[in-house]
Parts: sequence; C-alpha cells; structure tokens
Amino acid sequence: MTQQEVRLCGLLLQEHFGEVVEKVAVHLLRTGAQTLRGIAQETSTPLDLVKKSLCVLAQHGMCEFRRGRRGPAGAVEYLATSERILRILRYPRYIYTAKTLYGDTGELIVEEVLQRGHMTMSGSVKTVADRLTHNMEEGRSMDYSEVVTAFSKLVETHFIQRCPPVADVGAAPPAAGPGAQAAPAAPPSPADSHPERYTLPHVKLTGRGKRRHPSEESEGEQRGAKRAKMDTSESSGDTGIYWQVNFDRFHQHFRDQAIVSAVASKLDQTSSEIVRTMLRMSEVTTTPTAACTQPLSANEIFRALPPSYSITRPVLEQYLSLLVDDPMEFVGKSGESGGGMYVVNLHKALATLSRATLESVVQERFGSRSARIFRLLLRKRHLEQKQVEDFAMIPAKEAKDMLYTLLSENLVQLQEIPKTPDHAPSRTFYLYTVNPLPTARLLLQHCYKAVGNLMERRQYETKENKRLLEKSQRIEAILASLQASGAEPSQLTEVEEMITAPERQQLQALRHHVNKLDSSENQVDETIFLLESYINSTQTSR
Amino acid sequence: MAGGKGRGIAAFTFNIDALGITRGSMPETARGPRALFPDMEYKPGPLKAGEDEDYMLALKQEMRGTMKRLPYNIPLPEKKGDVERYKEKYTRSGQKEVANDWTPDWTRLPKELMPQKKKVKKKPEVKKKSKKETKEEKEELLTRLDELEKKDGEPDEEKEGKKKGEGEEDEEELEAEEYDEEEVEEENDYISSYFDNGEEFGGGSDDNMDEATY
Repeated sequence: MTQQEVRLCGLLLQEHFGEVVEKVAVHLLRTGAQTLRGIAQETSTPLDLVKKSLCVLAQHGMCEFRRGRRGPAGAVEYLATSERILRILRYPRYIYTAKTLYGDTGELIVEEVLQRGHMTMSGSVKTVADRLTHNMEEGRSMDYSEVVTAFSKLVETHFIQRCPPVADVGAAPPAAGPGAQAAPAAPPSPADSHPERYTLPHVKLTGRGKRRHPSEESEGEQRGAKRAKMDTSESSGDTGIYWQVNFDRFHQHFRDQAIVSAVASKLDQTSSEIVRTMLRMSEVTTTPTAACTQPLSANEIFRALPPSYSITRPVLEQYLSLLVDDPMEFVGKSGESGGGMYVVNLHKALATLSRATLESVVQERFGSRSARIFRLLLRKRHLEQKQVEDFAMIPAKEAKDMLYTLLSENLVQLQEIPKTPDHAPSRTFYLYTVNPLPTARLLLQHCYKAVGNLMERRQYETKENKRLLEKSQRIEAILASLQASGAEPSQLTEVEEMITAPERQQLQALRHHVNKLDSSENQVDETIFLLESYINSTQTSR
Repeated sequence: MAGGKGRGIAAFTFNIDALGITRGSMPETARGPRALFPDMEYKPGPLKAGEDEDYMLALKQEMRGTMKRLPYNIPLPEKKGDVERYKEKYTRSGQKEVANDWTPDWTRLPKELMPQKKKVKKKPEVKKKSKKETKEEKEELLTRLDELEKKDGEPDEEKEGKKKGEGEEDEEELEAEEYDEEEVEEENDYISSYFDNGEEFGGGSDDNMDEATY
C-alpha cells in the first residue's frame, strides 16, 4: 500500500461515497485492521457515521471484517481492500464491455450491480426493467423475462457471480438459505426457477412504471421508495442471495482482448481471429491465473473456427507455425499430437505487452534515442557504459546524458561489480541494466499518481466554476419546465439569454477540459490494468 | 582558501586539465528546487478518440452523478449554523428521504454495526432520553435535598432568617452541598497527608491544630 494508492483510493471514495466514507477508509488503509471503536476514536468521527461508512464499504465489498486476534470472542476488526476500491476507476469499462457483449440490458444490469455493490437478482431485474421501460416509447414496456435471460447469460459466462457467504462474525441469525453455500469461484446454477416467478409480477409492475412522471429527480426518489416497499412486501424467493460483478472474469476478458488486438496489429487480422478462437475455446477450462491455456490441437482449433473466416486447414497450420515462430511468443507449441498442440502463453503475453508499454513510455517521455538505449538494455541485460554508447550508436556525450537521465528516473539500474575488495572506481565494472518488474511497479505508481492528479485537477476546475455550473443547471431546469408547459419561443430565448456569451464560452471550455480529464482517467486505467495484470501474473507463476 | 573564486580548483594538488575536465564540461549549477511544472521536452500524444472512448466518458460522468444521489453517499454532518436559514428546511428534508432509502442486509454485516444505528435514525428517542434524564435528575435532586435536610438541619436553622424564596433556597442548598463536599474532601486530604507527621509529633497535637485553625 503506497502513498499514491491511498491518495487515489481517497479521491475515488470521496467522489463516489462522500467525505465521511473517505476518511474512514483512508484511515483503515493507513493503519490496517481496526476495531469499530478504534476507528471512531482515531478519526474523531461520530460512531454512527463510522458505522454507516463501514456498512457502505461492506456493501460494496471494499472492506472486510473478521473476528479479532483475541479469538472468537474478540472485537470485530475491519480491513479496507485497496484493490477493490481502485476498481471504481474501471467501472465505465466494465459497463461498456457488458454493453458490447450483452446489449443495453446487460449494460444496465452490470451498472446497477456496480452502483449498489451487490443486489438480489429480483431487485436488479426489476430495476433494470423499470429503467428500460422508462427509456422506451409510450405504451411499450420491457418484459422481465428478457432481463432475466440477459442476467442468466451474464451469470452463465461468469461475469456476475454470487457474493460469497459471510463468515459468521456476530451477524444476526443467518437467514441465508440456498445462497449461503454458493462458492464464489464457480457461480451456481443461474437461478433456473426465477423466470416463472418474475413473469407474474411483470404486468402489475409495468403498470406502475407507466404512471411515473418523467421529471428526473423525483423519479429517482420514487423509484427508490418503491423498491424499498417491494423489497419488504413481496419476497421474490431470492432474499439473501446477492450477486456481484466478477472482476476477475472481466479482467480475463480485457486481457484476451489486449492479446488479440496485439496480434492483430503485429501480424494480421486472420491470425488474431485464430488466437481469439483459441482463447474463446479455453475461456471456461482455464483458470484465471493460469500461465497458459489448456493445449489445443490444430484439429480442434480448425473445427472451432467460425466458418465465416473461411480459413482452410493448410492455411491454419501455416498461420499457427507463423504465430509460434513470432518473437512475441504469444502462441506456443506444447506437443506434436493431433496435428500439433498449441497453447496461448498468457503470462508471456502480458510480460510482452507491459514491456512494450514501458518502451513506449520511455520513448514518449525521453525521446526515441533514449528508448533505443532502454530497449538495448532490455535485450542485452547488462551493459557497460562504453558498450551502451557503441551498441546504441549514439555519440558518447549524448548517450551518457540519456543514460544518466534514465538512471535518475529509476528506469535503469546500475550494478557495481568490483574487481578488488576496495571498491576502487578504476577497478570496478559498472553495469547498466533494466529490471522489467520493478520498472513496471514504478510505472504503476506513476499511473496512480497521474490519475490522482487528473482527478484533483478536475475537481479544481469544477470548483472554480461552481457558480457558473449551478447557474446553467438552474436555467436548464427552467427551460425544461417552460417547454413542458408549452411556453412561447420568445420566452424560451429570453431565458436562454440569461447566460451571457462569455459565460457560455467559459462553460464550453470547462466542459471540454472536464471531458478531456475524464477521458484521460479512463485511458490511464488501461495502462494500469496492463501493468497490474503483469505484476499479478509474475506473483502467481512463482 | 579565503579567495572565494576558484577555491575548489586550488584545492587539488594536480592539474585538473590533465583529467580532461574543463570548465565547460562541468554541469550547470542547480539553482534551488526544480520548477513545479517544468517545460516538457516531449509533448504528450493525443488521447484515443472514438465511439468507445466517448461512450465510456459518458458512462463515467453519469456514474459519478448517480453515485452522488444514491444513499451510499454519506453527506458530511452539517455544522450547525448561527441562524436557521429558510432553505435548510427544504434541503435537509430532501437529503433525509434519500438517506433513509437504504437498509443493508444485516445478516451479512457484523452485529455491532446494526442496533444503535436505528436509535440514531429515530429522532423521538433522543427526546425520550432527555425526558428520562430530567426525571432522574429530579429524583436525584429530591433525594439529595432530603439528605441535606437531615445532615445540615442544625446549621441551616441558624441561617433561616436570610432565606428569601423557595427557588433560591434550592440553589443555596445545592451550593451549600457542593461546598460541604469540597470541605469534606479537603479535610480528608488534609488528614491523610498529615497522618504520618501526626504520629511523629504525638497523638493529641492534631486535634489541637485543627481547633486552632478554625
């Protein structure tokens, strides 16, 4: 847990759950496991607020609790999980992926579950159906069964999973029924009995949904109130069974996509489709942390290829041998049986991708000639200064300058090997080297810092223009209400002119800046994802 | 050495030029800390742009908006202002509606997070508490007064002439009680701290001393 991570966690929590939760969680991150009293005392926050914050954190899976060190009778200790908090940054990507895979319904399901941390299937289906109905034209409505199928598809493909059962830590008497024994890794049967149960209340509910009026804010509250009522009044048979987003599965998907697109840009579209097929075939059989996929024979791959690609058997074999020979080593050959057994080297692929990221970072920050030195060191491992100058074919003075800059940025390490025990400089080898793993960690910290800076800047921009933003919101609200009441166009323009031209300009500039900052956050997160997966992969393979 | 300029060079016993170091090859001296936003030698590349990115941007901003409105966002406890403002009546009531919307599943949470939270939510209980306190206080007061009447019956009789009203009587008695307690404590302190010395000097002197001081 580094300073940068804590800072980023704090910013994320503050933006999504408010300052109280931020305070509690940051304290937990800094100090490790803590008891309820300890948190309240050391953060000097009222006890009820601390409790509320912990409830929020637990609801979102961002804090764990367990019986303390003093045995089963000890006080419950709370622990914040930074990895989970940092996932907030990736929410848009999860939602977008769900959309590309399962359409609007899938998108909304994942969005709802992410927003609420975990929810029951019935709850999410109802909410999503309501939201979809709300967006539809008048007179049409979303059928619950459609949402249910989307939900069960998400579950079938492991993108959504049941929450693991809670260890009994002085919780209220466990009313958990079938949900309790579900294992987190393998989601249970996707609630086969639910479709029938949800088709029934459908009619009644859409009827209610229609009556709602479209003014946005009141709608939200009404919906909330309604759901609360429904939750208490009619139990849909799945109370206590909660579902959460399976981040590992999403990450697996992101990783596969990254590998496929890397192959596509290095080789060509067809080879990327072959790799995609291989990855898809092993999606379910391979564990998320495996170093490579299960071996697949060329025969199997050929049969699994979608016919639309129109790749013939000999062409496939050529492509496979090409992939195996490629220096990226994304695909490896593990045997000769069945026309050759092939695997996708997942960890190697991640290492290659993160290495490419490192190289490109050096190139963009220090220029292509520094990148040349960096690549040279990556390839030759250890080099003396003179060798660097010679191999890189860069004049000695400039090479020295670049090398020292890289050294001072910690991207390059220096290894001393003395010939004599006195460490005399004249009798010592000075070897320059690049260690990919520590460098990746360093870069990851830089990324966290960058996102933190971006968020802070965005908050500053919004704060500076708070008055203007509020004004424009108010005027938009007035305009909307005027339009709804059928006002004359002259009236509308009059209201519109309440924002002066320079103000409008300022607003536009602000919007542009905020968009850019937000977009940057999303895109830095892609790098973060790659580096994190690489670092995690090295930890599991050891 | 005191010459100032070229002091460092003069410190070497050999000719520095022999090493191939000239004035020009020395690095520029650093002047203070580096700039907070130094000029970048290489400009950053453009952001990726496209439908995907735009959609994710919209999602991100929408998410931020909705999370603020969900009950999981706990607002800071409001500082009590000097004057109650008209608008607070409305802003507060709105927030409460949102806040009450969410009840976590207590089976999944430690018990200690649960029970007192409900007390906090219910406002009337606070009032009850204060009522109880007042009752208790009254009872306490009465018992105290009774005790005081028994204890201080004799000295009070002497001062009876000064009493003006019933209310003031209570206060005076309270005050008297407080003084009494203090005196008792002081006497106790005095005795305990003085006890050893008293033995050294002899039994009777203690009492004599006391009488003398009063």
